[in-house]
Amino acid sequence: MISFEELKRSFLVSLWFVFLTFPILVIKANPIERTIIWRWENMFFVAIGSFVLSILIRVVNTQKTKRLERRSASDSDTTTSEPLIQVILQNPRYLYPLAGAVTVFALVFPYLFDTYQTNIMTTALMYVVLGLGLNIVVGMAGLLDLGFVAFYAVGAYSYALLNAHFGIGFWMALPIGALFAASFGIILGFPVLRLRGDYLAIVTLGFGEIIRLILENWNEFSQGPSGISNIPRPGMFGIELSLEAAILYIYYIMVALVIVTIFVVNRLQDSRLGRAWIALREDEIACQAMGIDKTKTKLTAFALGATWAGMMGVIFAAKTTFINPASFTFLESAIILSIVVLGGMGSILGVIVGALVLILLPEYLRALSDYRMLAFGAILVVMMIFKPQGIISNVRRTYKYQKQKSGDVQ
Amino acid sequence: MEYFIELLFSGLTRGAIYALIALGYTMVYGIIGLINFAHGEIYMIGAFTAFIVSTVLSILGFPLLAIIVLAGLAAAVWSSAYGYTVEKLAYKPLRHAPRLSPLISAIGMSIFLQNYVLLAQTSDFQPFPELIPEFDFMEPFVHIVGSSDMVILVVTTLMMVGLTLLIKFTRIGKAMRATSQDRKMAMLVGINVDRVISATFIVGSALAAVGGLLIASHIGQINFFIGFIAGIKAFTAAVLGGIGSIPGAVLGGVILGLTESFATGYVSSDYEDVFAFSLLVLILIFKPSGLLGKAEIQKV
Amino acid sequence: MNNTILKVSGLSMHFGGIQALKQLDLEVNRGEIVALIGPNGAGKTTFFNCVTGIYNPTEGDVILHTLQGKTSRLNGLKPNKVTEKGMARTFQNIRLFQSMTVLENVMIGRHCRTHSFILGAILRTPGNRQEEQAIIERSHEILEIVGLADEVDNYARNLSYGAQRRLEIARALATDPSLLLLDEPAAGMNPQETQELVQLILRLRDQGYSILLIEHDMKLVMTLSNRIYVMDYGEKIAQGTPEEIQSNPVVIKAYLGEDLDA
Repeated sequence: MISFEELKRSFLVSLWFVFLTFPILVIKANPIERTIIWRWENMFFVAIGSFVLSILIRVVNTQKTKRLERRSASDSDTTTSEPLIQVILQNPRYLYPLAGAVTVFALVFPYLFDTYQTNIMTTALMYVVLGLGLNIVVGMAGLLDLGFVAFYAVGAYSYALLNAHFGIGFWMALPIGALFAASFGIILGFPVLRLRGDYLAIVTLGFGEIIRLILENWNEFSQGPSGISNIPRPGMFGIELSLEAAILYIYYIMVALVIVTIFVVNRLQDSRLGRAWIALREDEIACQAMGIDKTKTKLTAFALGATWAGMMGVIFAAKTTFINPASFTFLESAIILSIVVLGGMGSILGVIVGALVLILLPEYLRALSDYRMLAFGAILVVMMIFKPQGIISNVRRTYKYQKQKSGDVQ
Repeated sequence: MEYFIELLFSGLTRGAIYALIALGYTMVYGIIGLINFAHGEIYMIGAFTAFIVSTVLSILGFPLLAIIVLAGLAAAVWSSAYGYTVEKLAYKPLRHAPRLSPLISAIGMSIFLQNYVLLAQTSDFQPFPELIPEFDFMEPFVHIVGSSDMVILVVTTLMMVGLTLLIKFTRIGKAMRATSQDRKMAMLVGINVDRVISATFIVGSALAAVGGLLIASHIGQINFFIGFIAGIKAFTAAVLGGIGSIPGAVLGGVILGLTESFATGYVSSDYEDVFAFSLLVLILIFKPSGLLGKAEIQKV
Repeated sequence: MNNTILKVSGLSMHFGGIQALKQLDLEVNRGEIVALIGPNGAGKTTFFNCVTGIYNPTEGDVILHTLQGKTSRLNGLKPNKVTEKGMARTFQNIRLFQSMTVLENVMIGRHCRTHSFILGAILRTPGNRQEEQAIIERSHEILEIVGLADEVDNYARNLSYGAQRRLEIARALATDPSLLLLDEPAAGMNPQETQELVQLILRLRDQGYSILLIEHDMKLVMTLSNRIYVMDYGEKIAQGTPEEIQSNPVVIKAYLGEDLDA
C-alpha cells in the first residue's frame, strides 16, 4: 500500500522538520545564567510526529484519488448519501425532538453540575452567540472582520462606564450596549466596506487594535490598563442576588439569549436580506448588477454582527464584574473566527458545535489548555486546506423552497 | 535642532527595519496576491534564532565577529526555511481557492507560529546580546545617533541595493518580475512558477530575518510577540508605498518610521502604535493603491 | 409617444492614456433586438460596463426611457441603481451565485423590487410573508419562461453550460427590466443550445422586452437582430440592418470578411 518511494519521501519530510525546528525546539539558552539546555527528546518527537503525519496524509490522499476515480468510473451512480447530520437537520420529525432534548438539557444543566461547570458553560454559550454574530459577517456576507472584538469591547465598556457614571443597570445597559456597538459598526463600516476583502480584513484588525490601545491609554476615560472593577452583576427586580444565584441567573440569561439568537439568525438567513448577503459573498459585481445596494447590504451585516458582540460585551462585564483592555486583544477575534471557520461558515449548527468544542474542550482537558492557541492557529490552516466548508456545512437552500413550491405553486 | 536630528535618525532607523520587513510583504503580494500574515512571525523567528545562536556561541566563548556572522547567517537560513515551509504547507494548496481562504490560513499560521515559539521557548522578554559594538569614531555624535543606528542604516541600504540587483539582473529576478506581471503567461513561456514563488518567500524571509537580528540587537530584548506589531507596521509601510512595489516598500517604511518617531517625540509616546494603525486605516480607505502603486482596474 | 428605450450619445471612456471608447452613439427602440458586434478588443464589453454603471464613462450621456414612461440619465449611477431604473444585464463570463439554488438565483433578481428588511425578516409579518411568496411565484414564472422550471432546486453550479446562460437571463429578467443587455449569450454553446437561445430571445422580444446584445456568432446576429452596430478600436464604424452590414465594405474590411460565410 505504501511504496518505498513514499516512505523515502516521508523520511525526507521528517528530516526537514527536524532541521527546521532544531534551534527553537531543541536549544534553550539562558543568557543571564549563561546555561544551555539541549532538549534532544523534542527532536525525537518531531521526527516521529512529522514522519507519521506525512505518511497519514499520503495515505488519505491516495484513497481520495482512488475514490474519485471510482466515482467517475461509475458515473450513473450519482446518489451521494447525505451525512446523517444533514438528514436530521432537514427532517422536522428528527430535528424538533432533538432541539427539545438539547433545550431541556440546557435548562437542567445547573442542577446536574456544580457552579464551576455552570460558569464554564455560560462562557461557552457566550462564544456561541459571538460566533453566531460573527457568522453573519464572515459566514453569510463574506466580510472577513478581524476586529470583531472591538464591538465586544464597546459593549463591555458601555455597561461598565454607564454604570459607574450614571448608575445604569444591567437590563438597561444590554440594549444600550448593543445599540452602541451597532452604531460603532455603522460608523466604522461606512468608510471601510468598499474595500476589497483582504484589505477589509486588515483595516478591521487595525480598528480593533486602535480601540484597544485607546482604552489602554486614555486613563481619564477608561481607567487605562488597570481596568474597571466592581461592575454589578445583573439584578432581578432590584434584588441583590448571592454569588451563586447570580451565576445561575446569568446562565439562564445566556440560554435565553442563545435561543433568541438562533431564532433571529435563522430567520435572517432565509430572508431577502440573507439571500442578498450570500449573493454578495459569492459575486459582488453580479450582485450589484442584480440591483442590490452593496454598501447598504454589507453595512447591515456588519452592524448586526456588531449588535451581538455588543450584547455579549455587556454580559461579559456583568459576569466577570471586572474588565480591562487585555480581554479585548486580536487573539479574542481570532478565537471567534476559529469557531466560525471550524463549525462551517454560514452554518448555524456548525458554529454552535464549533463554539462548544473549542471552548469546552480546553476547559475539560486541562493538559491541552496550554496548547489552546496553538490548536486554534492550526485549525484555521487545516480547515482551510482540507475542509473549507467546516465540520457541518450549510445546505439549507435546496429543501426550503421545495416545500413552499409544492404547497403553493404546483 | 539636536532633538530634531536625533528623532530624524531614530525615525530612519525604524523606517529601515520596517522597510526590510515590508519588502517581504510586497514581494509576496506582487507574486501571489496574498497578504502573508505570518510574515511578522518569520521575522520574529529570525530574531529568536539569532538570539539562541548568539547566546550559545557567546557561552561557548566565540569571538564577537564570529558570533555576528554566524547568528546572522543562522537567522537568515532558518527564517528562509520557515518561510519556504509555510508557503508549501499553508498557501500552496490554496492557490486556486477563494481569495479569503489563504488569508485565513495565513492568520492561522501566524497564531500557530507565535504560540509555537511561546511554548518551545518562553513567554518572558529575553535580553538580546548586544552584537553591534560602539565604534570609537562615532564617539562625537553619540548623543544624536548611536553606532547601531548607523550599522542598521548601512546594512539595510546594502541589502536593498543587493535586492535591486537580484531582481533586475539575475535569472530568478527576471522570472519573479515576469510572474508578478502575469502568472499564466510566465508559466506558458516556461518559467517554473512554483520555484519562483518559493524563491520569493525565501528572499523575503531572509530580509526579515536580518531586520529581526538588527532590531533585536538595537532594542536589546525580544519575545514571541514582537512579530505581530512589527508585521502590521511593516504591512502598513508596504501599503503606504503601494503594495507590490519594491521602492514603494522602502519609501513607505521610511515615511512610517519618521512619522512614528516625530509623533512620539513631539506629540505623545502613549499612542505610538495608534499612529501606525491610524495611518494604515487612512491609506487603505483613501488611497489603497499607495504612493507608488498602480490602481487596479476591476475586470468584468 | 417616445419610441426610444435607450439613447447613448457621445460616450467616451479613457483608462489612463488609453481611449477605450470614442464618442459612441447608439439607440435601442422599443421591441427591437439590436446587436453590437466587432472584433475582439473592440470595446464592446467596456461599452456594456459603461452603460451599466460598472465603469463611470469619461464623457457622454446614457438615457433610459422605461416602459413605464420614466426617463432617467444613467451615467454616473452605481450598477444597482441602473438595474433599479430598468436595465439589466448578463455577463460574458458567467457570474451566477454558484452555491445558491437556481430558484434563489432568480429570487436575488427580485431584490430591488421588494422591500422587507431586518425587522421584516425577524418578525415575518403577514406582509413580509406575502412579499416572500410573491418573490417565489414570480421567480417560478420566469424560470418557466427560460425553460428551467425543472431545475429550481438544483444548485446553479450543477447546471449545464447552456442552462447557466439561460439562468443568467432569468436572473436579469427578474429585475423587471425594460431593456435587457446580453453579453455574448451564445458563447460556448453547442448548436442545439444556440437554437434554444434564439427561440428564447425571440420569445422575450415578443413579450415586450427590448434587447441589446453583444455576440460573435454571426449567424445568430444576422437572424435575430433588427439593427446592428459595428465597433472597432473603440469607435463605431457602421450601423444598419443586417443586410446593410453584410454588404458594408468598411465592416467587411475591418472584421467580417472571413466570418460572414460561417
